[in-house]
Amino acid sequence: MSIFIWQNLFFVVLLVGLSIPLGIYVYHVMIGKKVFLTPVLTPVEKGLYKLMGVRDEEEMNAKEYTLAILLFGLAGLIFLWLLQMLQGFLPFNPEGLKGPTWHLAFNTAASFVSNTNWQAYSGESTLSYLTQFLGLTVQNFVSAATGIAALFALIRGFILKQQNTIGNFWVDLMRTTLYVLIPLSLVIAIALVFQGVVQTFGPYRVSATLENGSAQILPLGPAASQIAIKQLGTNGGGFFGLNSAFPFENPTPFSNLIEVLSILLIPASLCVTFGKAVKDGRQGWAIYITMMIFFIAALILTTMSEQLFGPSFEGVASSGNMEGKEIIHGIGASSQWAVVTTAASNGSVNAMHDSLTPLGGLVPLFLMQLGEIVFGGVGSGLYGMLAFVLLTVFIAGLMVGRTPEYLGKKVEPFDMKMVCLIVLVPPLLTLLGTAAAVVMPQAVSWLTNSGAHGFSEILYAFTSMANNNGSAFAGFNANTVFTNVLGGIIMLLVRFIPMSAAVFLAGNMAKKKTVAVNEGRTF
Amino acid sequence: MIKIMKQIKPALVCLVGMTILCGVFYTAIVTGIAQLIFPWQANGSMITVRFADGTQKEYGSELIAQEFLGSEYLIGRPLGTSNLSPVSAEQSELVQTRIDWWHSFDPDNTAEIPMDLVTASASGVDPHISPAAADYQVGRISQARGMKESEVRNIIQTYTKGRFLVFIGEPAVNVLKVNLALDGLL
Repeated sequence: MSIFIWQNLFFVVLLVGLSIPLGIYVYHVMIGKKVFLTPVLTPVEKGLYKLMGVRDEEEMNAKEYTLAILLFGLAGLIFLWLLQMLQGFLPFNPEGLKGPTWHLAFNTAASFVSNTNWQAYSGESTLSYLTQFLGLTVQNFVSAATGIAALFALIRGFILKQQNTIGNFWVDLMRTTLYVLIPLSLVIAIALVFQGVVQTFGPYRVSATLENGSAQILPLGPAASQIAIKQLGTNGGGFFGLNSAFPFENPTPFSNLIEVLSILLIPASLCVTFGKAVKDGRQGWAIYITMMIFFIAALILTTMSEQLFGPSFEGVASSGNMEGKEIIHGIGASSQWAVVTTAASNGSVNAMHDSLTPLGGLVPLFLMQLGEIVFGGVGSGLYGMLAFVLLTVFIAGLMVGRTPEYLGKKVEPFDMKMVCLIVLVPPLLTLLGTAAAVVMPQAVSWLTNSGAHGFSEILYAFTSMANNNGSAFAGFNANTVFTNVLGGIIMLLVRFIPMSAAVFLAGNMAKKKTVAVNEGRTF
Repeated sequence: MIKIMKQIKPALVCLVGMTILCGVFYTAIVTGIAQLIFPWQANGSMITVRFADGTQKEYGSELIAQEFLGSEYLIGRPLGTSNLSPVSAEQSELVQTRIDWWHSFDPDNTAEIPMDLVTASASGVDPHISPAAADYQVGRISQARGMKESEVRNIIQTYTKGRFLVFIGEPAVNVLKVNLALDGLL
């Protein structure tokens, strides 16, 4: 057990240590301050604005900002759907894969545009290299940047006084991608290749096995480049069907450490960014520590359950629950990943969640059902948490009979309506989706497990989609017209309704005066 | 409506720009660097054996498991993933058939079977087994091959990787590499 404590302690120390400088760097990017990459990237940035016909000093109000988010998402959705449907006629398809069904293509497009990365397919048997790098890799970047942009808007809402505008979406999107996501991904992708993650445009390899000489097909592809951003952007969609459990995605304990750290790195850093931006570091740390308490409690529960509450068999040495786990990761790194990936809305896996012990599987479900706010998705996790903060301030304000305030801004009915949209849409859609699925007559045929665990497979699936996570109890057969269409719609709603609400909340906050904070006002 | 029309152009141009930047340039740069500096890893960590007569043969990837069934080979974990609940009746039955298989395969071995030999992995192609699982098989392999137990142990030791930085991850024995070495190919 003690080795698990060291592993997790090291992880937390590394995470906190790296998130502080990165959080400050992201703040500089957000306010447009010069950073070390500015001389190299400014020409690219300005060139793109020119092509887009965007003036970077022109700011947007909440309506315009939301409109830009939605239009950009829609364009991505249509492009990704078309790319999949047409992949059979396009290049970079050495295995000659035909396009998927219309509903699977819709589900996948919705899933990647919404930063969920729920996968009802296996990459190696469904998607061409072109679809992966030209479609999915790109959405891995921009869906993450969109989440961060929305957070920037909300942060500005708290800082600005009596303003109608909250920044420019195109500038936020571009700067986040260029200055934060691409440089980090480059470094991590190369480190992953060094450890053995594949990165090639060559066809799958066929080789003969040693003992009986039978042919073994080894799927390849430009995987490392996509995996780097899949983790950093809390996307989580595997290049291969078995995600980061598959050795070509995550071959060593070191690659595992890089990947699991990348998942929480940006969401944790953004807490620091927030504290910096509102000129009150303690506000950032209060949120950071709250998240960390949930995270560590979840870590302890899952790790203990996997180590101690696994089954024992007559004549077999007891060593925890190894079903659905890789040797190199073992109980420690598998439990850690399961918690990290569901605390963040990442959803990649290095062990099969369906084969976790009952308590070990409950913790990921709980973390998702909180609404992905324990670090959560990049950007979305923090604006989700800020909605909970406002809710708390509001309730506490009612209890003591004061007008609730947060960061010097009065919290009023319109703000609370937006907060309710952020907080309530995910659980509502989890319920509706699960309810709709269990009344389908063929639901039982979608399951691998029987009894209560079979129900958990359905509940997990809709929890995952309705919180933009993307992990699965993979025994659930997700590739059906019903789940593809319903799940696709849920993923889009649950992404863009709370995000729009966050931007409108920002717009309304920015319009307000700041009231002086004094000791008498507890909140 | 006018506002929507005004934003359509930036949305489309931005998507095209990002597709070129993040899809084409970024992927190409990573692939280029990978193929230049780490070509062996980037192409699947293939094990190539060169023979004395100058010919060479590929024996698969060191990262992907192969099926071994002969008693002279180190045997890996069950292939494929189950997605079964570890505490379900279906799983107990499945594990029991694996336990029975091991007992009929190696009847003289009365030691407890290590857990990883009777449970499926996450990838379904786990290339590793635990050191305990390798140790469990030493007697049988040395008997089948007429080798000394210490020789078998040495080979296993050679292809065992410890934890990263002493405490990250778990030690693991690469099954394919051990078997290649047992056959005198590595």
